Amino acid sequence: MPETRTGDNAVQGLDALELQPKRGTAERSPGEIARAVWAGTWPKLAAVVLVLLAWQAVVWSGWRSEWVFPGPDRVLPTLFNEITTPEFWEAVRVTMRRAFIGFALALAVGVVIGLAVSQFKPLRVAIGSLITGLQTMPSIVWFPFAMLLYGISESAIMFVIILGAAPSIAGGLTSGIDYVPPSLLRAGKVMGLQGVQRYRLLIIPAALPMFVTGLKQGWAFAWRSLMAGELLVIINQQNSIGWALSQARQLNDAERLLSYIIIVLAIGIMIDLFFNWADRSLRRRWGITQ
Amino acid sequence: MTTTTEPLTGTNAVEIDDISKVFGRGRGAVTAIDGMSVHVREGEFLAILGASGCGKSTLLSLVAGLEQPTTGTVSVGDHRVAMMFQEAALFPWLTVGANIEIPMKVNRVPKAERRKRVAELLDLVRLTGFERKRPHELSGGMRQRVALARALAQDADVLLMDEPFGALDAMTRDILHDELERIWREKSLTIMFVTHNVREAVRLGDAVVLLSSRPGRVISEFEVEGERPRRIDSAQIAEQAATITDRLREEVSRHA
Repeated sequence: MPETRTGDNAVQGLDALELQPKRGTAERSPGEIARAVWAGTWPKLAAVVLVLLAWQAVVWSGWRSEWVFPGPDRVLPTLFNEITTPEFWEAVRVTMRRAFIGFALALAVGVVIGLAVSQFKPLRVAIGSLITGLQTMPSIVWFPFAMLLYGISESAIMFVIILGAAPSIAGGLTSGIDYVPPSLLRAGKVMGLQGVQRYRLLIIPAALPMFVTGLKQGWAFAWRSLMAGELLVIINQQNSIGWALSQARQLNDAERLLSYIIIVLAIGIMIDLFFNWADRSLRRRWGITQ
Repeated sequence: MTTTTEPLTGTNAVEIDDISKVFGRGRGAVTAIDGMSVHVREGEFLAILGASGCGKSTLLSLVAGLEQPTTGTVSVGDHRVAMMFQEAALFPWLTVGANIEIPMKVNRVPKAERRKRVAELLDLVRLTGFERKRPHELSGGMRQRVALARALAQDADVLLMDEPFGALDAMTRDILHDELERIWREKSLTIMFVTHNVREAVRLGDAVVLLSSRPGRVISEFEVEGERPRRIDSAQIAEQAATITDRLREEVSRHA
């Protein structure tokens, strides 16, 4: 336990046994690293192979004719073809721009509402349960109303993204603030923390892990709302993933349709990986998990 | 943080005069403290001893100004008060150094000065070199050392301690007793130390105040004899602890 050496009698109690040994600092050979990478990768590769096999098996069973339900041997080449076209990247760009703007707006709305609810008791009583209720609502039911309000436009999609994502973000923030450990609040009070400083140094960092969980959930709702929106609110001639999907259906182009489904899955997985990484590193830093 | 700043008589650091504290109202009201008076001299180490429900923690909260007494006065003059608890309550997202800096940020101490003071305080609690560690990487005893450094960073001369070593093993506690005694002397602190461990009270206190339960009142006050530094396992400590334990037992049996 090299960390306990301080020259003095700093750590002599039985207590010293509690000290955590330092993790993951030992030198590792390239072979060991390769083995570790392989150990993390093969289950994922196996899962992909398994899905492809199952998919191919269904195609071979002749459940549907191949022009409606093509196998991976036909979809994957289409997918690779597709991702080399500028139209594809334009569609992804438009969709992701909507996703990020919508999420940013939902973030702003969610933070304002979350802070307000955590601050004012009457507000909490009034709209606290409403927020929970909104979270349980499938956001797709808002689309007819949104289209009535905004017409067939991007604003209609944004409106639904905000309604879908903001409640989760607000909820995450409120519960993060609610569950700041009382011992920390008391310590802050004893040290004279108040006002803005109390929020900056104590409340916000303490609430951060739960807030990130709220963000992750909010993102999931935003992404779903966006996909539903792009399928329902088809803005004239504007390229997007949703538009590509519905166009592929109209042209009975099953190969393209399935390619775009795979793209939607891939984007979802990537963003989820990002949030998981943020969540994990935050928790490690906060010492919540080992 | 003071409850009142009325001038103190003589050389007292804390004067608690005939206070009572009632929580709640009507039928549900609970009297935590009833007619308690305690004076703490400047530089005194006062141990406060009592069974559970004697209002020990409430008493410290009143001195710290976290609560107001229902009747009576609590006065600390122009002394600055800091407080420590059984849990270290360090901010887990900050390093040890940044935790100690917080009270100085509250007091608007400039950054360079803060750095210097952190190094000094870590040296004082013998944690030099731990500045960049996070609280979850430390043992319980080390966390309490950091909490002590953080309390001292408030530039307080009155330190209120609410069973600060209650959750530690006996050996770690012994070591921290020595450390606390040393720091109390070096910094000329006034300490009010709440505990339910009789030996700990006798080991540390210049005097021991014994409180009754429900409501809290002062039953008696003992001056502790014996040269410092004392050993918790010495015969002199054991003898005095026995006397106080007997007195405490009478009190507990009255309520059991």
